[in-house]
Amino acid sequence: MSNEGVIYRISGPVVTATGMKAAMYDVVRVGHEGLMGEVIELHGDKAVIQVYEDTSGIRPGEPVLNTQETLSVSLGPGLLTQIYDGIQRPLPTLEEEMGVFITRGVDADAFDLEKIWTFEPQVAVGDEVVAGQVIGHVQETETIVHKIMVPPTTSGVVKSIESGDFNVTQTVCVLEDGTEMQMMQKWPVRTPRPFQQKYAPETPLITGMRILDFLFPLAKGGAAGIPGPFGSGKTVTQQSLAKYSDAQLVVYIGCGERGNEMTEVLDEFPHLIDPNTGKPLMERTVMIANTSNMPVAAREASVYTGITIAEYFRDMGYDVALMADSTSRWAEAMREISSRLEEMPGEEGYPAYLSSRIAEFYERAGRVETLNGDDGSVTVIGAVSPPGGDISEPVSQGTLRIVKVFWGLDAGLARQRHFPAINWLNSYSLYPQSLDQWFRDNISQDFPEVRTQISGLLQIESELQEIVQLVGSDALPTDQQLTLEVARMIREFFLQQNGFHDVDAYCDIHLQYQMAKAILSFQDAAKSAMASGAVLNDVVNVPARSDLMRGRFEKGYIDVIADMVKKMTDEIADTVEDN
Amino acid sequence: MTGKEYRTITDVKGPLVFLNKTEPVAFGEIVTLRLSNGTIKNGQVLDTSDDLVIVQVFEGTSKIDRESGVTFMGDVFKLPVSTDLVGRILDGAGRPRDGGPEIVAEEKVDIIGAAINPYSRQSPNDFIQTGVSAIDLCTSLVRGQKLPIFSASGLPHNDIALQIARQAKLKDSDEEFVVVFCAMGITAEEYNFFRSDLERTGALEKAVLFVNLADDPAVERIITPRLALTAAEYLAFEKDYHVLVIYTDMTNYCDALRQIGAAREEVPGRRGYPGYMYTDLAMLYERAGIIKNKKGSITQFPILTMPGDDITHPIPDLSGYITEGQIVISRELHQQGIYPPINVLPSLSRLMGSCIGEKTTREDHKSVSDQMYAAYAQGRELRGLVAIVGEDALNERDKQLLDFSGVFEDKFLRQTRDEDRSIEETLDLCWNLMSAIDTKYLVRLDQKWIDKYHPDNRA
Repeated sequence: MSNEGVIYRISGPVVTATGMKAAMYDVVRVGHEGLMGEVIELHGDKAVIQVYEDTSGIRPGEPVLNTQETLSVSLGPGLLTQIYDGIQRPLPTLEEEMGVFITRGVDADAFDLEKIWTFEPQVAVGDEVVAGQVIGHVQETETIVHKIMVPPTTSGVVKSIESGDFNVTQTVCVLEDGTEMQMMQKWPVRTPRPFQQKYAPETPLITGMRILDFLFPLAKGGAAGIPGPFGSGKTVTQQSLAKYSDAQLVVYIGCGERGNEMTEVLDEFPHLIDPNTGKPLMERTVMIANTSNMPVAAREASVYTGITIAEYFRDMGYDVALMADSTSRWAEAMREISSRLEEMPGEEGYPAYLSSRIAEFYERAGRVETLNGDDGSVTVIGAVSPPGGDISEPVSQGTLRIVKVFWGLDAGLARQRHFPAINWLNSYSLYPQSLDQWFRDNISQDFPEVRTQISGLLQIESELQEIVQLVGSDALPTDQQLTLEVARMIREFFLQQNGFHDVDAYCDIHLQYQMAKAILSFQDAAKSAMASGAVLNDVVNVPARSDLMRGRFEKGYIDVIADMVKKMTDEIADTVEDN
Repeated sequence: MTGKEYRTITDVKGPLVFLNKTEPVAFGEIVTLRLSNGTIKNGQVLDTSDDLVIVQVFEGTSKIDRESGVTFMGDVFKLPVSTDLVGRILDGAGRPRDGGPEIVAEEKVDIIGAAINPYSRQSPNDFIQTGVSAIDLCTSLVRGQKLPIFSASGLPHNDIALQIARQAKLKDSDEEFVVVFCAMGITAEEYNFFRSDLERTGALEKAVLFVNLADDPAVERIITPRLALTAAEYLAFEKDYHVLVIYTDMTNYCDALRQIGAAREEVPGRRGYPGYMYTDLAMLYERAGIIKNKKGSITQFPILTMPGDDITHPIPDLSGYITEGQIVISRELHQQGIYPPINVLPSLSRLMGSCIGEKTTREDHKSVSDQMYAAYAQGRELRGLVAIVGEDALNERDKQLLDFSGVFEDKFLRQTRDEDRSIEETLDLCWNLMSAIDTKYLVRLDQKWIDKYHPDNRA
């Protein structure tokens, strides 16, 4: 059998070819237009192919050519600041090639193959290099040094190495055995890139969002799921994470979501400044946009394309954060293709392998010792869009089984305009134990205890609220009324955060701690004042308290918060004398 | 190119015809069926292989037998487009319905439509004033947005859609919209209502109507919105028009989709709807937008009726995940006699942030909108509490908020079907209504706007 076959059947994005030598996951070119596809099933002589482009107008009998390669991404200098579709075609190039509408049959290089980069070698002739070893540096953007690594399957002794200006396809290094190395390498997307070992995560991914960092922290190398119904702020949360998290690189996958949302990101990111480095955010970002109306098979591939790029940067020793918005659309792409294959469905029509695919994907997150002995991480944050907001459905459940952090978005909170609308009662993080040491060492010795007090107060509030619903708050004893006030302060002052506000959108972790302490100071001051006869209403309404609460919208808050707390506690103490 | 006629039908099932054939047929190809009695029907290829071709027949399969002739037309479904479309009424398959001549094609366009490259889009940020206070203040519509009306049977969504179509304009501009109206499975009565209203206001001359009525073939509904959007794209992106696409009723469209899925014996998703419904709906909704360096725009206003008023039903649910917000119509408000009965609490416009403020509407818009929403939300919540503990148990603040919620519905929401309020009128009205609440409870209003706009300070 040869590499060429003919089309036997076409049903939407699924095409069957006969007479072709094929192996699973081979990339094929379908029809006269050479549409890109991937072999996903073999039946005797027949190969079932999912096609990444629209198949209208294609006929049985047209040729199919097997490239014998598996679906791969190109990795090398030029990746950063790019925006790709699900199969790593740059959208700006597609616009040049076919105009504003995405048609088909166009191939595009993942980045400019002609662009000249300055390569600085890090090894010398005669050095022995192993897989994954860094052989040279390229300053790709102002903030990111792109490390050129020996491909994971290669090793040997350096015979020659060049220094100077090259494009990504020119040979920069030759090994004794004759292997030539370029700055660009390829890697199949469905295969995780190798590493030496996984470590337990010990460092938090600081996001600047108080409810996340303080109550439900995520570790660098961890995995988090954000389920929520529509309108609850999944995308805003994901975008905030992409903007402000202290990862060194961000891969943002818009998987089956709205076109206008991706445009907003594209308009906004080049103008935004990374609070951690002071440089434009775009310089550390790779974006993948396969919107809901782009081909469904490419949507299925988009998450793999994204995570492979993330792993590649991890192998250089970077901390990479990957956002996938939304994994439900990815799962639906699998369901759609599975149904075209007439596979026996599992729950709600999803294929039976859904949960194992989800698990495999999230398992590619992690903090690892790379092949070259460096320490790098990939943190994965996946949005989930459960139908009707009901998380008992298979995608949410498959996700919750594997992730260690659950940030549950709540439509009720969103309707109250409480943003981020993350429900503090049902969200959880399993990382505190491993991260607490970091918080103690870097923020404050009592950080975990402060967290416990804050979340304890919120818990008590929810119990008290049930009573209030029945009898009204005036019927409660004053100490419980105070607890409600304190909890209200936690919600309005601490948990609510305006993602669109210049200052409030990003809150330094040290400041978060100070704000939490301020709330506890209020509680203590109020308690002791009330024990000496002060009235709750006076205590709550001291002017310095509202100054303190409003202050978070001003720059330089961290420098004045201690004074403001002092002023507040003094004023509260004074309410005793008034009586 | 038209091929030969085949008489090789093996099975007919629901809207589908299965046949053996002898030459390769393209996926998506258009098919003509000639029945023994001379009737001509049209269809499209859903599945094609060397052995078997499945054709979906738009006009229904009634009277099709094994003797019927099938011809493959050698091309995918295309709509002839030209500016002559404006002012015409076509049926659900794109044929003239108004007795006028066939459309003389300037070009023929594939109706499936290609995805707009996200990189080529321009972010929508032109505020559209609809003259409906609830929408302008709380769920501002933006040119290039897709904002559905989530309604239910027996509610006046059609009136609202028409009022918007009549009144929608850019602030301080006379630029008008071309309306592309797409009817899917609505009753003749509803259609007449739309048509006569468009006629009455003269809008019909600037509109294109694609009409598939309740007694027209259900399968045809699958292509009707695609024809409408193809026409809209042509007018917007080739001819620089600003197009407002109204389609009603998406629920009928989805049911037709389910019908075909069932006939093909596909594995169903939730409530029997096909698993690919999200993608299918996205291929309609995502055809809204603005493209860089093009003058025109497509704004979409889909109407859907939620079965059993259930917002978690797959149709509103999947729509809500794709569209940029939703306007929710409330039966409760309707029964109180309030028009338009828009429940602002679950309603949302995702693009609102980019289109309101000093430069486009007024500097206090955001602040007023937040405060009105918050006060109304709290007032509504208090109604529940009052039912249990009685009004006397409320404190002063809660009493004021409770009263406000009634005023909000009666004075702010309520307006007549012809009342066209400018955004300034709407905002001033809000200030007047909010002045019934003590200023110290209006915590979401910036002090500087209170100083400038509060009636006490203006007088």
